Amino acid sequence: MTGVKAEPKPVTYREALREAMREALADDERVFLMGEDVGRYGGAFGVSLGLLDEFGPDRIRDTPLSESAFVGAGIGAAIAGLRPIVEVMTVNFSLLALDQILNNAATLLHMSGGQVAVPLVIRMTTGAGRQLAAQHSHSLEGWYAHIPGIRVLAPATLEDARHMLAPALADPDPVVIFEHGSLYNVSGTLPPGAGPVDLDSAAVRRPGSDVSLITYGGSLGKALDAADRLAADGVDAEVIDLRTLRPLDDATILGSVARTHRAVVVDEGWRTAGLSAELAARITEQGFYDLDAPVERVCAAEVPVPYARQLEEAALPQADGIVAAARRAVG
Amino acid sequence: MPALGADMTEGTLLEWLVHPGDRVARGDIVAVVDTAKAAIEVECFQAGTVERLLVDPGTTVPVGAALAVITTGAPERAPAPAQGTAPSVPAAEPVVTPLVRHLAEERGVDLATVHGSGPGGRITRSDVMAEVSTGASAAGGRPAPAPAPVARAPRTGARVRATPLARRVAAESGLDLATVTGTGTGGAVRVSDVRAALSGTVPPGRPAPAPGAVVARAPVGRQEAMRRAVGDLMARSKREIPHYYLSTTVDLGAAVGWLRELNRQLPVSERLVPAALLLKAAALAAREVPQLNGSWTDRGFVPAEAVHLGVAVSLRGGGLVAPALHDAADLTPAELMARLRDLVARARAGRLRGSETSDPTITVTSLGDQGVEAVFGVIYPPQVALVGLGKVVERPWAVKGMLGVHPVVTATLSADHRASDGATGARYLAALDRLLQKPEEL
Amino acid sequence: MTRRTAANARRGRTRAADGTDPRLDLLRGMLRIRRFEERCVELYSSGEIRGFVHLCIGEEAVSVGVNRALTPDDDVVTTYREHGHALARGIPAEAVFAEMLGRVTGCSRGRGGSMHLFDVGRRFYGGHGIVAGGLPVAAGLALAGRMRGEPRLTCCFFGDGALAEGEFHETANLAALWDLPLLLICENNLYAMGTPIAREHAQIDLAARAASYGMVAWAVDGMDVLAVERAARRAAQAVREGGGPYFLELRTYRFRAHSMYDPDLYRDKAEIERWKERDPITFLCDRMRADGGLDEDGLRGVEKEVAEELDRAVEEARKGGLEPVEELLRFVRTPAGEPS
Repeated sequence: MTGVKAEPKPVTYREALREAMREALADDERVFLMGEDVGRYGGAFGVSLGLLDEFGPDRIRDTPLSESAFVGAGIGAAIAGLRPIVEVMTVNFSLLALDQILNNAATLLHMSGGQVAVPLVIRMTTGAGRQLAAQHSHSLEGWYAHIPGIRVLAPATLEDARHMLAPALADPDPVVIFEHGSLYNVSGTLPPGAGPVDLDSAAVRRPGSDVSLITYGGSLGKALDAADRLAADGVDAEVIDLRTLRPLDDATILGSVARTHRAVVVDEGWRTAGLSAELAARITEQGFYDLDAPVERVCAAEVPVPYARQLEEAALPQADGIVAAARRAVG
Repeated sequence: MPALGADMTEGTLLEWLVHPGDRVARGDIVAVVDTAKAAIEVECFQAGTVERLLVDPGTTVPVGAALAVITTGAPERAPAPAQGTAPSVPAAEPVVTPLVRHLAEERGVDLATVHGSGPGGRITRSDVMAEVSTGASAAGGRPAPAPAPVARAPRTGARVRATPLARRVAAESGLDLATVTGTGTGGAVRVSDVRAALSGTVPPGRPAPAPGAVVARAPVGRQEAMRRAVGDLMARSKREIPHYYLSTTVDLGAAVGWLRELNRQLPVSERLVPAALLLKAAALAAREVPQLNGSWTDRGFVPAEAVHLGVAVSLRGGGLVAPALHDAADLTPAELMARLRDLVARARAGRLRGSETSDPTITVTSLGDQGVEAVFGVIYPPQVALVGLGKVVERPWAVKGMLGVHPVVTATLSADHRASDGATGARYLAALDRLLQKPEEL
Repeated sequence: MTRRTAANARRGRTRAADGTDPRLDLLRGMLRIRRFEERCVELYSSGEIRGFVHLCIGEEAVSVGVNRALTPDDDVVTTYREHGHALARGIPAEAVFAEMLGRVTGCSRGRGGSMHLFDVGRRFYGGHGIVAGGLPVAAGLALAGRMRGEPRLTCCFFGDGALAEGEFHETANLAALWDLPLLLICENNLYAMGTPIAREHAQIDLAARAASYGMVAWAVDGMDVLAVERAARRAAQAVREGGGPYFLELRTYRFRAHSMYDPDLYRDKAEIERWKERDPITFLCDRMRADGGLDEDGLRGVEKEVAEELDRAVEEARKGGLEPVEELLRFVRTPAGEPS
């Protein structure tokens, strides 16, 4: 030992997720990972690379392309007392397992009168921005946020990527974690000593007084960019990272709106009947008399996400649109 | 007695602007009331004839007490004198949803007369409909005892487009939204418009029931009332605050020279004026001497966490406001300049934000551009200090025994002796002087 | 089949240690389920039970026969036609009645109803309303048992309709691939709701389809409780010994409607009558009578015993309280501080 304190090494979002899983696998023998190509391949997005060598094929379990079967098997194993982490390659594929997630994972505890708890964690990639076209790019986390009985998380920062898994595994009920595909290569340093994330709280990523930009996941960076540009014009934007899409942290959201009196919701999901609609409704229901402008929404265009770069960019929320919406709100 | 603020429990009637027998219309200003914070005009929400004034000027009554009786129909329908709770001036415009407001206007129902059965006494749609049907059956089922109440006549013109927050703040302050010009999308009244109206920075011709402002071309009675309101505030300041005054002359040679060099490199539109340096120095000095930056409360002096520099702005056509430059000590002179320009423009356009009118922690008044060399101001309660800046003038000035011509400014300090002593004030002026000798560090 | 039936009958004559005929338990189990279901018809008709109620009258041999092969440590996952499975597993009739009456004393506290009976203490993991939806969960229960080296197996009941669902095929593949200790019981009553098997499946030999996944699969007469028991015991033993999943197709028939009442437009009355000739209870009684294992007094005794139990059960179930509506949201999530 030299006694010299090592500088924190830069890590990627992907590595932060992996480190969280490694820690969970090492700390609790009930934890195992299962999903398509999580073992030998190292995960479709490389998140589980190297874990097979460390923990063996029983706990880093490659599955057939059977989303319904392996998600359901995760549910059964969780009921039996294990703590499975099930990786579904993307949210689009998760629709093949939606029966299991909705009709079983989210439902069994209540339907059985409190007897059957399902301590399951499901991870999946969501979101666009990598020219993967319509069947690999959608943001359907809002659909999951509709379902009572599950907790829905969207880590948008390295720290959340690293520290959300442990509390998710400690949750006695199902948790679905959405990792935005554009974030895997984001790198930075993790503050040392950070602990588990409080899964009930949204985070104010940037305080401000003139308008609240409310977002999560892959749109957080865009909202922060927009806030910087607004600051140059003298508009002081507050940026709220929801972090947990269900249950929503009403106190933080409405506390912010009570200070700024203006809200812009940024959601990569579609506008119609989506998460942004829920947020706008809650703000109107609970914060109506605090509002000094209509709630603005910046969402994905109502179109299957296309392949061509310029079309894809046009389909997604961008900082320009967020700035424009904030300006409309501020007037 | 209307509730004119969330924390108001009683108010003092200062003046009646109407007399028994006068006809009043909805929205007319009928009285001036002194709350704990300011003198505020009271408007009436009911048309009719002033039957009787129940409270004499100078009398303090609790919120909710009747101030006067206004009859809306024939004299025999007037409430008996004993009924002190007869509707006169409602506590505040009721908080209702846009739908209910719309419905009421459509059906000609005056919401101020409707009992709210919803949460927190909120008027619901069914309350309005009940009011409509009661009115109809009374008119149709019995010999008409009186003409239909004037207040139920549909209000002419389109309904006011206003944000929920603007409605709420207006209702809490008893301000009629119809008198406010909206600057939002489609002319919507936003809270900034309401606050501007309340702080008196509204365009001429509009009511401005707040202290610290005198608006030109207002009706004579109202202008008098406002003059009186300002007078009362200043009188209270002089009555309650033991002012002490200090003065010093500051050499601006270094500052003006530095500015000249700087401005040479800047396009005309970005050039700085000495006022930017003076304000910055005033703000930094306030941070150095926190005993002068804050407010006097029941618990004594409470220092402010930041320096929000109130800047006295004279309005075109007369009147004065002193809105805040937030966090002035943290801004560069260039930013200060830009913010000041924006603030003055908005103050004169009546578009100040609420926080700007309520947040100042210390105020600077400058009458230099009017040729005044020294100004000894009256402190704005609850602040505890006011800095006066005069005109920058050239004077013979000795430096190290050498006489030369230097630009100088007279800086004064009016301070609250309850919060500080002369020595503290002296430190403030000394700091101001020192800071202005190193303009490049500002 | 005839020869095998005769062999079963001979085996059935073997006396238990206490001297009673073990077939009497099978008979009592089936009669109990039959009479229970008949009470459901009454309670439904009088409006005390509402919602969907799927009766298993005619299919009693499946529940009773398979349960004989299970131990209390085994897991059971089943379908919405599960009153028989629940009763055979040992869930008290009173708790099942109470559940259908919507009482807090019901085995799912009145939140599940007829289709969603649960009793985790008896490792009975529900009553699943989605056809084939329980199969992946059963695979997970089996996986957990295997990963922990526990000797138990997971028994999953499903109908013939489930073989048209992807979830069956995904699960069959997964279970065979991973050698899971899973006993797959296909209760083939020939109709997926109103669609006859020949209009549902291109290949109606369901066991053959299961076998294609590399698991052992065979078809059994599901109206013969002795045959069911024997097959289930063999399969369960193999599964416990690490033989991977086994698939049994139990050919049976429901005598009543899909749900409580339907007009039976999709099948011939004569077909129903033909199957009633093979009523599993009559079938067993006849054989027991034939070899002296049952007399009329004995049968009356069983009937009386069952009737008294069900009278008491209905009476007790009716006394159960109702969950206060303030508890509506309870169990959506585990309350904070309550470990799972």
